[in-house]
Parts: sequence; C-alpha cells; structure tokens
Amino acid sequence: MLGWLRHHKGVVPYLFLLPGGLWLIVFFVLPLLTTASVALQEGSLASGYRLTFNFGIFPEAIGRWDTQLLRSLQYGLIVTVLAMLIGYPMAYTIAFRGGRYKNILLLLVILPFFTSFIIRTISWKFILADQGFILGTLKEIGILDQGFRLLATPIAVISGITYNFLPFVVLPLYVALERIDPRLIEAATDLYASRFQAFLRVTLPLSISGVFAASLLSFIPAVGDYLNAELLGSRNETMIGNVIQRLFLVNRDYPEAAALSLILMAGILVSIFFYSRLLRGQELTI
Amino acid sequence: MARTTPAPERGRPFGERFRRSLLPVFTALVVAYLSLPILVMILFGFNDIQGRFNFAWQGFTLEHWGNVFSRFPALNQALINSLTVAVVATTVATILGTLIGLALTRYEFRGRGPLNLLIFLPIATPEIVLGASLLALFVSVAAPLGMATIIIAHIMFNISFVVVTVRARIAGFDRHLEEAAMDLGADEWTTFRKVTLPLIFPGIMAAALLAFALSIDDFVITQFTAGAQTLTFPLWVYGASRIGVPPQVNVMGTIIFLVALVGIVLWLYLQRRDVTARPTSLNE
Repeated sequence: MLGWLRHHKGVVPYLFLLPGGLWLIVFFVLPLLTTASVALQEGSLASGYRLTFNFGIFPEAIGRWDTQLLRSLQYGLIVTVLAMLIGYPMAYTIAFRGGRYKNILLLLVILPFFTSFIIRTISWKFILADQGFILGTLKEIGILDQGFRLLATPIAVISGITYNFLPFVVLPLYVALERIDPRLIEAATDLYASRFQAFLRVTLPLSISGVFAASLLSFIPAVGDYLNAELLGSRNETMIGNVIQRLFLVNRDYPEAAALSLILMAGILVSIFFYSRLLRGQELTI
Repeated sequence: MARTTPAPERGRPFGERFRRSLLPVFTALVVAYLSLPILVMILFGFNDIQGRFNFAWQGFTLEHWGNVFSRFPALNQALINSLTVAVVATTVATILGTLIGLALTRYEFRGRGPLNLLIFLPIATPEIVLGASLLALFVSVAAPLGMATIIIAHIMFNISFVVVTVRARIAGFDRHLEEAAMDLGADEWTTFRKVTLPLIFPGIMAAALLAFALSIDDFVITQFTAGAQTLTFPLWVYGASRIGVPPQVNVMGTIIFLVALVGIVLWLYLQRRDVTARPTSLNE
C-alpha cells in the first residue's frame, strides 16, 4: 500500500480529504439540498408530502414573517455594532497595553465559555428580573419606578445576545491587533499625525481583517439566535429563529420552516458578500 | 517589551494620566460585565430557596452541593450524555479536520477553491439552519433521533473549526525540518511521526479543546437533532427553565466551570513548560 502510494503521490491529498470532505457533503450539503426540496413540497404530516415545486412558498413566507425577519436583521446589526464598540477598545488594550497580563486578560475574555450558553442566559434572567437583586433593590430605595422593567424588552434581548457573542468579537480583533508592529504607529505620530489620525489611518486599516472576522462571528449567530429572545424577551421580541424553531419542532410545518431557513441563510450570505466588498475584498475564508 | 512597561506616573500631568487610565478602566468594566452572570450562577447555587423559584436571595445553604448528583437522576444522565457526545465528536472531528488541514497546507491538488468553500460555509451558516436542515434530512430518511444523530451533527459542525485552527498552526511551520529528517534517512512515515506530528501537536490539541468546548455547550443544533427521548445537559436545563431552574443546576454549572478553569490553567502552564523544554524533547 505504502509502496503504491509512493508512486501515485497525487492521490495522497485526496485520501486525506476523503473522510472529512465526505462527512461535510453528507451531513451539510445534502441536508441543505433536502431542505430545499422540503421547502418546495406541499402537504401535511398526516397526508404526506409531494414535491410540487411550489416556489410561491418563498414570497409567502417572507410576507407572513416580514416583521420577524426585519427584526432579526436589525437586532443582528445593533448587536454587531455594540459588540464592536465594546470589543475593539478591549482587544486594543490587551494587545498594546496588556504587558504580562495578556494571557490572564484573554482567559478572562473566554471565561464565559466555561459555563454553558443556556446557564449564562438564565443568569441574565436572574440579573434583569423585575424583583431581582438589582432592579428590586433600586426600586426599594426609590431610584426606579415600581413599574420599570428590563425583562421582556428589546434591551434585554439585545444585551443578552451581545453578552453571549462578545468573546467571539474580542478574540479575532486581538489576533489582528497583536500582529501590528507598534513602530508603525510611532512612525505615524513622529510624522505629526495626531493620536486619533494615527489610529484612523494606521491601526484601524491594519486590523481590518480582524474587524471582518469579528463582525461575521457576531452577526451570523446573532441573526439566527432564538434562545435570548425566548428567555429574555416577550412576544414583541420574537426573532426569525423562534419562528423556524416553532414551525419545525412544534407545528411540524416543514415546508414553511425549510423555506424560512433558506431565506435566512441566503440573507446572511448576501450580507457577507456585500460586507466583504465594502471592506475592500476581504477573503471569503476565515 | 519596552513599549508595555508603564512610564513613571509621577510627573505626568493629570489630564495625561486620566487619558491613559481610560482604556484599562474600560477593560476592567467589560471583564466585570463578562463575569457577572458567572458570579450569579455560583452564588445562587448556595441559595436556600423555599419554593420552586431561584430568583431572590433567601439565605445561605450547602444543601444543593450535598445532593447535586442525587437529587435529579435525569440530570446526571443528561450530563453523561453531554460528555459522551463531546468526547466522541471531538475525537472524530479532530482526526477528520486535521487530515484536511494537512492536505490543504502540504499538498498541491485541484479543487482547493470548492474545498475552502465547503469548510467556510458551515461556519457562516447560523446554527439554526444547520440543525433544521439536518432534521429535515433525518426525517426524510426516517432515521431514529437520539445519541447517534446528535454525535453526527456535532462532528459536522466541529470539522470546519478544527480545520481552521490546525491550518493556522501548520502554516507557520518550517518545512526544512522535515526535509532535514528525510535527508538523514528517515522515511515519510517516520518523519511524520517524529517531526511533523510533535510540531503540529499543540495546534491539534487547541483544535480538540475548541471542539470539545463547542460540543459540550451546544444547544441549538442539539435541540433539533436529539428527538424527544434524549437529553443533554443544556437541553435538560432548558426544559427545567420553563418551570424554574433548581439550584442543583447552578452547582453543576459551577463544578463544570471549575473543572474547565483548572484544566485550561494547567494546559497553559504545561505549554509554557513545553516551550522551554523543547530542545531536549526533540532528542527522545
């Protein structure tokens, strides 16, 4: 076998690729194709489904769930901007001012990953609860009105999502900023750029690959999230993920759920495409 | 290193000192924000609750630590399921992903573009779409949902992350070391085992750790592929959250947190030792 391979070296990379590639084709590509075919079927669980190439399902689904689609897009954008505003200064501090505390600070950033996503979100529910230890106390001493609440508002949902995906933003930004030679920034200030100009013209452009990766890593999970909206929100904060989850797992309306999944995925891919054009042709590989 | 040594603070005007402290203070606040839910989780594991709801502080007790593994047998089973899924999925995904990483960095072949796309797309697809489409596939072939389907799904979403992590490590690797080994008479397999593998091993370990963390914590894809009978730890907690999460969940969360923390600190420590010990370890 080894002898044969030595004479057919061209085969070796394909042997390496085969098991993993096949796994991705069978359990990623094939499911997407199945989803597409399910979306185009009509019928019900009881009577069975038939492929009728019902392309009308796409405009129908968009029309029926336009509020939730737009809200998901809006929350995703707000979360990405917020996470960037919080994450960039933090990554910058760790990269340029972290000194010997760099590793400890990075560990603190990924600390939330050591507890589960669902426990973190339930913890936020504790923290934001109407009579919880923060709001309850503030109400008792009269700073807040009794009727004031955070839970079941967009603020709770958006802050929950931002919290959950913030580490995904800090890490790629840190990696990009860490690579920058600080002498380049010094050179800019030596040439009479103000600190702000140096940041805008040197640091920021050099970290743009990190900005790209970070915004994808927050935007994609944020748009598709449904756990935060379910645990921290009310009916007025329902996102498209909640709709897909309910249609798939509760109502068993497979065609409409499949159609919405594809719409969500297409929307995200189109956003990534335009975003990468905006940031001057970032590679489409992470 | 010189740039990170702080200049003497005395002698600087107040405005300058204030401006220089803005970023560290901001970073400390963000760290507090990131840690707050964890502290709440730990604290409320000690809450002496009277009813079903663990929302307000009612007094200190160690009771839930005493019965954390006996109060809810189903929770234990869920934890065992989570660990099983994570171990199997991590092992398989790490092997498959590392092989792809090796092929991508060490060989010239046709079809690199489509392959990169195949690896990038699962990362760019929201979890709910991955989970929903896998469910669509499983339903259409009438596959019984349970541990097997969860593991299949976890291997799938972990492969891409392993490839990306391992590839980054192999890319910065000096090929001359392999050539040197071959020049000294080692065959390809020996070279791989004695030179390549030890050098890329930290990358493989990092990828495996990432895969394990992603797998044990996954909620969305698991919810879609688990079916009605099988529960993992996150799924159990989610089910309980509708009627009130018992403090034993906080205790278990705290235990997992501490194990992970000790593990990662130990790993970082060993890695640091490894770097200093490298010249001797090559002589083995």
